[in-house]
Amino acid sequence: MSGKKIAKEQPDQFEFSLDNKKIIEKLLLKYPEDRKKSAVMPLLYLAQRQNNNWIPLAALRLISNILNMPYIKVYEVATFYTMYNLSPVGKYFVQVCTTTPCMIKGSGKIVDMCKKHISSKQGELNKELNSSWTEVECLGACVNAPMMQINDQYYEDLNESIAEKIFLSFKNNQLPKFGSQIGRVSSEPTNNRKTLNRNA
Amino acid sequence: MVKLKIDNKNIEVEPGTTILQACEIAGKEIPRFCYHEKLSIAGNCRMCLVEVSGSNKPVASCAMPAVDGQEIKTNSEMVKKAREGVMEFLLVNHPLDCPICDQGGECDLQDQAFNYGGGKSRYELNKRSVKEKNMGPLIKTHMNRCIHCTRCIRFAEEIAGVEELGAINRGENMEISTYLEKSVTSEFSANLIDLCPVGALTSKPYAFEARPWELKKTESVDVMDAIGSNIRIDSKGWEVKRILPKINEDINEEWISDKTRFSCDGLLNNRIDSPYIKINGKLTATSWGNAFEFIKSNVVNKKSFSGLIGQLVDVETTFAFKEFFKKVFNSNLIDFRQKNLFLKNSSLFHNIFNTPLNDIHNSDLILLIGANPRHEASILNLKIRKAIKVNQAKVFSIGNIPDQTYEVHHLGDNIEILNDIDSNNIDFSKVFYAAKKPIIIIGESVLNFKIGNFVIEKSKSILSKANNLSGFNILHQNASSVGSIILESYNNNFTNLLLSDVLFLLNADEVKIDKQSNQFIIYQGTHGGENASLADVVLPGAAFTEKEGIFVNLEGRPQLANKASYPPGNAKEDWKIIKALSDIFNKPLNFNSLEELREQMFDKYPILKDLDCLPTINYKDIKIEEVDKIEQNIKLQDFRYYKSNIIARQSNTMHECEKKIFKINQPSKN
Ligand code: SF4
Ligand code: FES
Ligand code: FES
Repeated sequence: MSGKKIAKEQPDQFEFSLDNKKIIEKLLLKYPEDRKKSAVMPLLYLAQRQNNNWIPLAALRLISNILNMPYIKVYEVATFYTMYNLSPVGKYFVQVCTTTPCMIKGSGKIVDMCKKHISSKQGELNKELNSSWTEVECLGACVNAPMMQINDQYYEDLNESIAEKIFLSFKNNQLPKFGSQIGRVSSEPTNNRKTLNRNA
Repeated sequence: MVKLKIDNKNIEVEPGTTILQACEIAGKEIPRFCYHEKLSIAGNCRMCLVEVSGSNKPVASCAMPAVDGQEIKTNSEMVKKAREGVMEFLLVNHPLDCPICDQGGECDLQDQAFNYGGGKSRYELNKRSVKEKNMGPLIKTHMNRCIHCTRCIRFAEEIAGVEELGAINRGENMEISTYLEKSVTSEFSANLIDLCPVGALTSKPYAFEARPWELKKTESVDVMDAIGSNIRIDSKGWEVKRILPKINEDINEEWISDKTRFSCDGLLNNRIDSPYIKINGKLTATSWGNAFEFIKSNVVNKKSFSGLIGQLVDVETTFAFKEFFKKVFNSNLIDFRQKNLFLKNSSLFHNIFNTPLNDIHNSDLILLIGANPRHEASILNLKIRKAIKVNQAKVFSIGNIPDQTYEVHHLGDNIEILNDIDSNNIDFSKVFYAAKKPIIIIGESVLNFKIGNFVIEKSKSILSKANNLSGFNILHQNASSVGSIILESYNNNFTNLLLSDVLFLLNADEVKIDKQSNQFIIYQGTHGGENASLADVVLPGAAFTEKEGIFVNLEGRPQLANKASYPPGNAKEDWKIIKALSDIFNKPLNFNSLEELREQMFDKYPILKDLDCLPTINYKDIKIEEVDKIEQNIKLQDFRYYKSNIIARQSNTMHECEKKIFKINQPSKN
């Protein structure tokens, strides 16, 4: 992983939409006036949602004004969490987990597939597939490793060919169903129950 | 009290003490990088690990409170191994470029690596490289060397009050950065250099100048403002290479302002190193003897004599100067004021900062009248920030002041407001009188002949109603001011002072002189400035680093500045010049050494003898006068922070700073 990429081309202005403004108002009620900077993460998230899944610097500035906190502090938060994108991403945004459990279960091969089908470098847009990818740290679905997140959904129990299929499906906008790709319902053992098994 | 055992030694500490502090009390040194007494605890370097009974993991002692019954080991096998592990990780990405690093010889990482470092690296991959950051004309960055202790970030935020530094990205990619890649806009930015435990932030002006062990270290006192910060002067031969803070908890704690630290290159530029006399309108170098004879022959027929004392003059020189005028010129027309500045009288109370600097943080309301502490006395600004932080103090101002790094409530510009507070006419009076320990800080901008008396008397009256007369504070701008007042070196009928037949300028560079035909001007000083070029005779004196002298700071605290270097060329220590000149006139001053001079001075002004002590003032005896109401809008005088005295004006570093930092500072944030 490398430091966060920050878009070279930036809009001058950013405004929250009316709907988001209302949400922000409600959010701020959760915190005492002198602690309102606690709302920085939800606000960043709203900005990202509103702006095609990435946050322009103008939004960081706006948020620092709304929350009355120094710009650099907002900047720190935005660069710390992989959840926030500071440069444009594809319509299909792939986040591959490469933390230890996923790595042991072969996330390296998934990354290779990303390189092969999407782009040789993280964060680079593939126009044809309308997609970009990045490595992330543990997404909390280790039991179904290796896994990746595409936009808001988890795709679990991957292998090379499954990943390939998914990436190619971007072309016709028909993604397979999310969740385990080998038919697991949740995180039960892949080969039969092992515990609480009456017959055992 | 908490009782615990450290390396088998029983000790007792206050509750709330951390294990690291307890170890220090027990005389055990704990290595550390991120922990710093004056900053909040971060606990991120892990160098301070110790073994604590009952815990099978080593514990970061800086972040762990000491608890009753704990048994702590600071040098067990486990501790040693743990620290070696931490050290190995810290060095994984460190470039180990000590031979070309300016921190070498005074680097915490180097010292600790000596104790805990492995002889050989087990790391075989490439080290990471981090882009250098632009932190302005004072700080040179080598971000590869950074160990992410975050001291710099915490200092900028907590002490300096400029939240411009941050840690961006995470994990291996973490970097320290200013968001706009711009200079840090603080008068304290260079303290980052001292704080950084490694060579990531080093001094730009001092880059590759010297190694620490080659330097002669002299403890002294700063004269760039009236605070009297304690400093350490590092010199090599004649040259002052750098100035560092010396810890004095009562004054500057362990910080100094950038001007104090970096104007020292001004000591090397444009120095007067020989006497000069004006022949046919041109200053020509000559010998001391000729210069003295020239003075003698030119002043014989003159009738009026006056002298002006500059802002960097020590009390011994002022004393000699005053005696000289009395004895040789038979005149008492001398003054240290180079502008319209009102003095009530010579009583200490009316001329000093009565609230001790290390007590300011206990006040809960601060009223600034025509004062801009950030620029006029930067250390004071840190103290005010501290009051805001530890005591939730509120700061108000009469007169609009620029950004102070904290919130200032502007009450208005009319000085009449003081009257309203006094007679309880406005809402703010209630706020003021409700405060437990309100203080007033009066700046030189309002101490003029027209309104000075009004401001002083009204402030006294208000403070006495609030039962805190010791909150009466005059903020002097110059290092020589309070000392000169104690020596009564001022003359209230000084309108004619600049017009006398003979005008003796003692380091006086701030006043604009309109030279009269027939006027004979003697200039004694250090740098070839404007006033030196106007003079008929120029006598080369010594700068504050080149002689021993006492300076009285704005609290009225006399402090001794030591001699770190010597005057250049033919220049001499100032009192010696004055004494020698008196001999030429056959009216010798009756002292032959600095000790004799001091003895006479202490006889007359015993208060100067109590070095490092604050004067005692009897607040019960203070009388308050009735004054007529005055209505007048006040405006703060322009103050060029980076160029406020002749040494700073000759400094290239200060010049750079003014160009780079001051300009950005002007437009408001964003
Ligand atoms: S630059 Fe220096 S002070 Fe700042 S985090 Fe790095 S090592 Fe610490
Ligand atoms: S390690 Fe991949 S989801 Fe936890
Ligand atoms: S000094 Fe304790 S963790 Fe850094």
